[in-house]
Amino acid sequence: MSDKVIYVMYDDDGVLKDGAKKLVSKGVKIADTFSPFPIHGIDPIIGVKNTRLGIMAFLFGLTGLTLATIGMRFFMIEDWPMNIGGKPSFSYLENILSFVPISFEFTVMCAAHGMAITYLLKNKTLPGMPAQNPDPRTTDDKFVMEIRTAENSIEEKELDKLIKDTGFIEIDKKTI
Amino acid sequence: MQKEAAIREPLILGHKSYHDITEDVCRPIEDKAPKMWYVLFGIALVIGLYGIGCILYLLGTGVGVWGLNKTIGWAWDITNFVWWVGIGHAGTLISAVLLLFRQKWRMAINRSAEAMTIFAVFMAGLFPLIHMGRLWVGYWVMPIPNQFGSLWVNFNSPLLWDVFAISTYLSVSVVFWYIGLIPDFATIRDRARKPISKKMYSILAFGWSGRAKHWNRFELVSLVLAGLATPLVFSVHSIVSFDFATSVIPGWHTTIFPPYFVAGAVFSGFAMVQTLLLIMRKAMNLEAYIHTKHVEYMNIVIMVTGSIVGTAYITELFISWYSGVEYEAYAFINRATGPYWWAYAAMMTCNVVSPQLMWFRKLRRSLLFTFFISIVVNIGMWFERYVIIVTSLHRDYLPSSWSMHYPSPIDIGVYIGTIGLFFVFFLLFARFFPVLALNEIKSILKGSGQSYKESPDYYKNH
Repeated sequence: MSDKVIYVMYDDDGVLKDGAKKLVSKGVKIADTFSPFPIHGIDPIIGVKNTRLGIMAFLFGLTGLTLATIGMRFFMIEDWPMNIGGKPSFSYLENILSFVPISFEFTVMCAAHGMAITYLLKNKTLPGMPAQNPDPRTTDDKFVMEIRTAENSIEEKELDKLIKDTGFIEIDKKTI
Repeated sequence: MQKEAAIREPLILGHKSYHDITEDVCRPIEDKAPKMWYVLFGIALVIGLYGIGCILYLLGTGVGVWGLNKTIGWAWDITNFVWWVGIGHAGTLISAVLLLFRQKWRMAINRSAEAMTIFAVFMAGLFPLIHMGRLWVGYWVMPIPNQFGSLWVNFNSPLLWDVFAISTYLSVSVVFWYIGLIPDFATIRDRARKPISKKMYSILAFGWSGRAKHWNRFELVSLVLAGLATPLVFSVHSIVSFDFATSVIPGWHTTIFPPYFVAGAVFSGFAMVQTLLLIMRKAMNLEAYIHTKHVEYMNIVIMVTGSIVGTAYITELFISWYSGVEYEAYAFINRATGPYWWAYAAMMTCNVVSPQLMWFRKLRRSLLFTFFISIVVNIGMWFERYVIIVTSLHRDYLPSSWSMHYPSPIDIGVYIGTIGLFFVFFLLFARFFPVLALNEIKSILKGSGQSYKESPDYYKNH
């Protein structure tokens, strides 16, 4: 028996979610879903773990803060301590207040861009990449569930029977 | 799906389906542009090109072509800079702050408000650049050793903070905007029939999939970007106000400036959003998505921020007397009664009196009145910056240096030109980009659409 991908299409996010719940309770492993907008509550049902991009953003932000601090300490204190209006730059701590704005801005810049770039790379969405969705209608008003026979121990016929009860509108099978 | 109380007004009018939303937003992009678009685009382009001409003349001749003099070294350019940056504050506020507060009405307006933000910040950034005189050495504001020797840019200076603030704000706003645009570009990509537009939109859509995991990441990235952008919005205009507040010019040297500038920025930004959206919703048949309720919400924001600005004006006036500093007191008496009294009066009327009219429900729900007030506020906020900048400078400490500022034709040309360029960008955006966050709108259809409000079981049977 060859491995197959089954794309089950629904015309409503609620129906897909109920269907997914039913299938999962019967022990079916759902590989993925494709939808025009986020279906809230689908992630725990099909076992999608929460993303850790937030942690990445924090780490990028920390990098930015560190770079800003090291940079400004070097420019303003070590390399060329400017004497502005008789207020010389002796140490970073004494002058820290005037370094706050740029430290903040640079932290935000690094966190935002670092996270955004990581997000695009992790998604494999970059300029000119081919579309990854199985059907063009999934970006309009259709919702697709992807089931891989290789990931399921249930017989294909049994699977078909289970899927039939979920109220889909179209089904498409592809051999891989 | 979050359900909303049925007594709240629906955010999406009419009995729309998911497909209707796609159709409504994509049709203006796929159809031929209406004649009016070409007319408006032509006018904006001519004005913009005239502005570019003025800028080239300025660069070729020198800053002397502006109406500046020895006493008033800062006038129209910085007024325009602050005005445009202020306008650029509404977009990110709408998309970031309102996202954190879970305000669903933002979804109808955030895309175009963010586009407006980005274009407004472009225009703002132009002014400090051309003020440098030698545009081609503009990169010297970056932290590189001066003349590539060992003297660095001054990190103690608010002008350098501005460089970092504006560039961070601009680039983060672009990223925030584009991350939201990707799924919507994918929708257009999957509908496109003509090969060229299909190709263009598939490049722009980055191969977006709509996978559960990708949406999971998308939502988190939006949330974190909103969390980062929120303090950013406040910091940017605070830093712009530091340009003045850290100096020792009477009329500028006040601690009230940062909050007062931020409120003013939001105030003027929302006014510009109203001006643009009231026309756009009509021209692109988006009345079902941006309707009276949205306008009313924005008017409430205008009323609140307008009141903050009004309070700040009066506080400033009171403190100038209460401080006992004669120079400070004179600066304010001169503002109100000196040769620029008319600018002060215009600012007070437009910014303090007009938003108070929004207390009347009838008025704040009237689209025509809103449009009128939005223009008034835009004018008033321009005068605010002009009053703060020019009236504080023109009466120097030395009466022999007293002078007046009269804008030169180039001053006016550059300013009008930026308005033209802004509309060139905005019209291109309206023509080729999805002007509503259509996929986000779909996610609130079942909770805030009219069909749900009328019969909560509507979507159970469909």
